[in-house]
Amino acid sequence: MTTAPSGLDDPTTAAAQKSDAARTPHKPRGGAGRGTAWYRRLTPYYFLLIPVGLLLLLTFVPVLNMFWYSATDWDGLDKTKNIVGFDNYVEVFTDPDNVRVFYVSLYYFVASFAQMAIALYFATILSFNTRFRNLWKGILFFPYLINGVAIGLIFLNFLKPGGGIDTILMAAGLESLIQQWTGDPDVANFSLAGVSVWRYMGLNFVMFLGAIQSINSQVYEASELDGANRWHQFRYIILPSIRPIIGLSLILAISGALSVFEVPFVMTGGANGTETFVIRTVWMAFNRNMVGLASAMAVVLLLIVLIVTWIQRRVIPDEEVDLT
Amino acid sequence: MFPQKRRTRLMAFAAAGSLLALTAACSSGSGDSDDQANDDGTPSGEITVLTWRTDLVEDGTFDTYVEEFKAKYPEVTDVKVEGLTDYEGEVKTRMNTENYGDVLAIPGSVTPDQLGDFFEPLGTQEEIGAEYQWINDKSFEGQSYGIPVVGNVQGFVYNKRVWEEAGITEFPDTPEAFLEALQAIKDNGVEIAPLYTNYKDGWPLSQWDGWLGAVSADPDWKNKIVESDTPWTEDSDYGVVDGLIYDAVAQGLTEADPTTTNWEESKRLLGTGEVATMVLGSWAIPQMAAAAEAAGASGDDIAYAPTPVKVDGKFHSVAGGDYNLGINVNSQNKATARAWIDWFNHESGFSESQAGLSPIIDGPVPAALTSFVEEVELITLNPAPEGKEALFADIDTASGIVTTDPKFRQKNIDDARSGARTKQQIFDDLNAQWAEGRASVS
Repeated sequence: MTTAPSGLDDPTTAAAQKSDAARTPHKPRGGAGRGTAWYRRLTPYYFLLIPVGLLLLLTFVPVLNMFWYSATDWDGLDKTKNIVGFDNYVEVFTDPDNVRVFYVSLYYFVASFAQMAIALYFATILSFNTRFRNLWKGILFFPYLINGVAIGLIFLNFLKPGGGIDTILMAAGLESLIQQWTGDPDVANFSLAGVSVWRYMGLNFVMFLGAIQSINSQVYEASELDGANRWHQFRYIILPSIRPIIGLSLILAISGALSVFEVPFVMTGGANGTETFVIRTVWMAFNRNMVGLASAMAVVLLLIVLIVTWIQRRVIPDEEVDLT
Repeated sequence: MFPQKRRTRLMAFAAAGSLLALTAACSSGSGDSDDQANDDGTPSGEITVLTWRTDLVEDGTFDTYVEEFKAKYPEVTDVKVEGLTDYEGEVKTRMNTENYGDVLAIPGSVTPDQLGDFFEPLGTQEEIGAEYQWINDKSFEGQSYGIPVVGNVQGFVYNKRVWEEAGITEFPDTPEAFLEALQAIKDNGVEIAPLYTNYKDGWPLSQWDGWLGAVSADPDWKNKIVESDTPWTEDSDYGVVDGLIYDAVAQGLTEADPTTTNWEESKRLLGTGEVATMVLGSWAIPQMAAAAEAAGASGDDIAYAPTPVKVDGKFHSVAGGDYNLGINVNSQNKATARAWIDWFNHESGFSESQAGLSPIIDGPVPAALTSFVEEVELITLNPAPEGKEALFADIDTASGIVTTDPKFRQKNIDDARSGARTKQQIFDDLNAQWAEGRASVS
């Protein structure tokens, strides 16, 4: 960027001068410096124009549309949309079938604690000098790289009767443990939540590992001199250091549990009591043809996630970690 | 190097240009197909056809159709065929723009009163009805908006060899006899199940709807149901169908784990006899036979039987159109689009190749269905009375049951397996929902 016009200049004169300067190409470049400043200050905004335009077009306009739809009885096709006010929102919370899906989210929420525990365990172990560290890191992170639909298909075959898991159990002589992994309504949500843990554990793991590795190694050395063992190091150094990351994971876990979609949608389509909030929203919009109500459900989900995030910011403030 | 001003101006152009390009890409209507048909209505120029039969697009069948069509109408420069995998969903979204092809199958979610907003009237119901059958579905206020491409009969497809080995040689004529037959097949030792629900894929469960109307042999069943608060009773159409599904599942006559069924695989299973029966429209026969051949079994084992209910000593089957072809109301080339529809029904040979009935009145009956048509009385449902065309769909949506969607049947099957609700409780719940839907619509 160049120098800004001096405060003494009347802005309009500056602008006039500047456009004159630009119109005469013969003028030496150096002389244009002061005069073009008005334009040059705009340059960053030109750069912003495309990304902001795309953001408005592809995110904000559809979201505003969604707010508008949520107040109508639109079926996704009709030329006229009748305004029904807050009726859709009332229905979201009064229809027992809509409320029931929140209960399914609890499975995923509880599972996310297991997920964080496993991720933390591996992150801690692999932050010490372990053999084949990078190989293990790769293996643990790998599932997160696979597309969610592909994961659904993989586990569909793995969990079907006579599929991978049944074969393994049989080989291990544990026939008695064989279940209908997605067919038994008491087991189905655990199976699906398990798949979800398998998929997202790698992400948590990498987040934790990154946080752990940013701890100054001198702290470990000092603690070793003081006679701390691995558990002490974990309890008094690692855990406090990565508290903000754990808090963040918790938030992601809550919003993630509410918006589970791909894995159950591919594996069961929401049948057999595995319907989640988003699956029901999609069903509402495209199968029951109630786009208005579905939009209201989407808005409700958005609000819940915003509220959860706000609570998290309140409860776990973004403080600097100080180990000393 | 550009002078400063030109450079910034270029930037602005580039930015504005890309935005414009984006919006244009999102909203470009039929602007690119401005070549009109000739004034005298001779088909010419270019049209776009949307189809749900992606398999026929891939294997080149549609290329042959296009060539033949162009041979008949040499002034037609091109017919673009777009196969859509998620046909209903994609077309519905595209119908919010003007760009949804020239000829397309009318999606099921379009209610009769919306037809005129999106589709060109093809003629009065009488005119079209003089030539084609099963046009009532896609008609509104005397105008016809769609013509079916093929007619189906309804019943169930079964593996004749397996049924005969279990000692059943006659069509079961009551729901109880149907269940007994399935039990006999099970006792005789069938690998997977006597009846396969295809629960996971869902939509095959909606195929049971084909039995509705055949149970009571009443072409007005649908018009009566919108006046009733109890569509689910022991011997109503819905009651028999959903009751039969419940009983079959509760008695263990279906696959053990319905959540892991697989449609593509089910075709092979029926062919090889690992599954004995599936409830599907007659359109499924050629697919099943082909899958049987591919699996090394005999395609001749695949046979078709009517709904297991006799009324006045006779089997009945509802004959009806499959998807109906309509013309985009925004189309720039309606004459050619219309020519395509007529040509498709009269000359393409599509309905016969699909082992379906021709939509043309007194059209050819395919070999696979000749014996069926002789034994079974075909009924065509009566149209909804004037002013009530959209009533069924409205109640259906408002009630939350959504009978056109397999979800409520999946729930019934869940409950039949776990015993969470008895058949009567399911009927009561459905009736209560239906009554509520009726109340909120009127």
